Amino acid sequence: MTTLAPETRTSPVQYQDVPIDLIRKPVGADRVFNGVLAGASALVLLLLAAAVAFLCKYGFTAFRAAGLGLVTDPTWSPDSHHFGMLSLLMGTIAIALIAVALATPISLSLALMINEYAPRVLKPWLTGVVDMLATVPSIVYGFWGLLLISNLQAAPARWLVAHASFVPIFRTVSPNQYVKSIFACGLICCVTLIPIITSVSREVMAQTPRDVCEAALGLGATRWGMVTDVIFPFSRNGILGAILLGVGRGLGETMIVVLVLSQGNHLTTALMGPGGLGSIAAEITENFVASSVITKSALILLGLVLFMTTLIINIIARLVVERSNNGSL
Amino acid sequence: MTQTIEPSTLSVPPGPEPSDRPRRPRALPQSTLVEASGSAIAAVALVWLCFTVAGITGPLGFAICVICAFLLIYGVICWQQYGVLATKDRLATLAIWTGALVAFIPLVAVIAYVIFKGAAVVFAHFPHFFLADMTDLTATSPVTAVGAGAAIVGTIEQVGLATLFTVPLGILTATYLVNNRNTFAKMVSNVVDAMTGSPAIIAGLFIYLLWVVPQKEAGQTGFAAALALSVMMLPIVTRASQEVISIVPGSLTEASLALGAPMWRSTLRVLLPTARVGLITAMILGIARVAGETAPVLFTAGGNPSYNWNPFSGKQDDLPLRVYELIFQPGVNTTRDAWGVAFVLVLVVLTLFILARLIGAKKPGPSGFTVPWRSRREFEEEEAPA
Repeated sequence: MTTLAPETRTSPVQYQDVPIDLIRKPVGADRVFNGVLAGASALVLLLLAAAVAFLCKYGFTAFRAAGLGLVTDPTWSPDSHHFGMLSLLMGTIAIALIAVALATPISLSLALMINEYAPRVLKPWLTGVVDMLATVPSIVYGFWGLLLISNLQAAPARWLVAHASFVPIFRTVSPNQYVKSIFACGLICCVTLIPIITSVSREVMAQTPRDVCEAALGLGATRWGMVTDVIFPFSRNGILGAILLGVGRGLGETMIVVLVLSQGNHLTTALMGPGGLGSIAAEITENFVASSVITKSALILLGLVLFMTTLIINIIARLVVERSNNGSL
Repeated sequence: MTQTIEPSTLSVPPGPEPSDRPRRPRALPQSTLVEASGSAIAAVALVWLCFTVAGITGPLGFAICVICAFLLIYGVICWQQYGVLATKDRLATLAIWTGALVAFIPLVAVIAYVIFKGAAVVFAHFPHFFLADMTDLTATSPVTAVGAGAAIVGTIEQVGLATLFTVPLGILTATYLVNNRNTFAKMVSNVVDAMTGSPAIIAGLFIYLLWVVPQKEAGQTGFAAALALSVMMLPIVTRASQEVISIVPGSLTEASLALGAPMWRSTLRVLLPTARVGLITAMILGIARVAGETAPVLFTAGGNPSYNWNPFSGKQDDLPLRVYELIFQPGVNTTRDAWGVAFVLVLVVLTLFILARLIGAKKPGPSGFTVPWRSRREFEEEEAPA
């Protein structure tokens, strides 16, 4: 070690005791770099704007032709000038709601089981399997549902129609037919939503502070008491967000509905048989390419409605999930 | 304190001598098994009796009645012996395990069904199904005449192109979102999140209007399909990269900045290389998600039973599209071939997923992060006490 004697310094540097401003405006190459990054980000917004703009542009023809008929007409048949999109919109919503209503309790059970009830060794494996099932293509679920579930659910559906038809949804517009219905689609979509809702709600529940859970147990709470009084209040928003994400996914579900549903075009409340309500995504998929100009335009308009609906639901869902992450009760 | 707690309000009744053993909330109480099996037998017997007397049949109704009767009997037994809180806890435990099983049955059944139906087709004539195309497909063509080769080529090219477009863009966007917290970044972040779950058919519709319509017949190409897949993939990759980059300790970048490196160097030489394992995982997960999407490629790729190696001209096939077309094709054997292609698709997607998990699970450095310019040995030498 050598030390420099003070007199060997040629000129004493005047140190300024000014802290570096880390959030200063970028200069020089950094400015270019930040510009490139911002440009890439702007492309995402541009993509969204372009998608909305194109859908608006091509859907406008039908919008002008339909006017108020869009919501007042009960029938969907653009070629004969019936633009009642409610029959398709209601079908889409019905499928999503049935799927989410069935998937939510099951997913929450699964999430709680993985987090709190199953042996801890299994936790990473179970999490991995659930995430893996979320990547299985929906056309595979749809194919499986078409050949297996659609037929399996016919017997319970017949029972419901026979014994519970005082509830308007447990009816069918085509007598004695119970397969290929909105209800069957909801059941199969439910299977695809389970991994999504489970995965989000499990992550949120796992963020509950462990010491609070243990404090509850230490005070003599049962495990279920800990779940209802600590985990649920902490993760309430996150669970709500997970459910909303499920709704968004269910609304946009395409291939399952295309494969399973036998679509109708009339507004009805009966969900248990073929030929009742339709579905927006399925209608676009099946009839877009081979249809007339006005039908194409009407389908694009429907696509725009579906797109905007899912976008809004997804944004609300994300905001709700984010709000839950600050750990406040 | 003058307040005392009545013993009856405690969930655990005070025994004569409180044992000093640790409480294990996950352990099964010893008596549970006896009580549960007793209740189950009683429930089956009761429901069977009722069904026989009333003359009702039906397996599903029987199962539901047995479950209800079991919960009732078991609940009453627990309530008699342990009180309300313990009963609630046990019934909830049962409900949660049942729910979890109900969740796993269809999910596992899907995979099992695809393997059961598809493996026989794919391995009937082993490498042939991966190489042949669908030009010889007729309503009754034997399994040796068809194959998914053209579809595999299409999937690889389309997803490859989409990856090429979206991964650099996605990583750049993610870096911007992590480095900046202004209104613009927040807006982009929300839009990315919202687009992650938007309907797949919209991506197909958008690219159809943007790219295919102006070119009329020549518009449907593998490239158009790649564009549609990119619209789906960009938000997925961005979101996943953002999560990976945001967990890199800020101290690493700050150290680089403190040493005088500009932001761009710190990002390219420190931030991104540190997160590279996670970024690769994000990329593969994006590929796995997108490879199975049918709706975006439906209007854009066009479908083509024979080989088309050029993604920039002519219609092209891919795996999900081929499954879709085979399902709707009339014929006795096309359903069988559809299962074969579906099996190949599931195989591809799940292999990619497991690969992503294996890469993501590797923990190169002691802290779980790789610092590229130092070898692992250096780390270990430093960690070891002298």
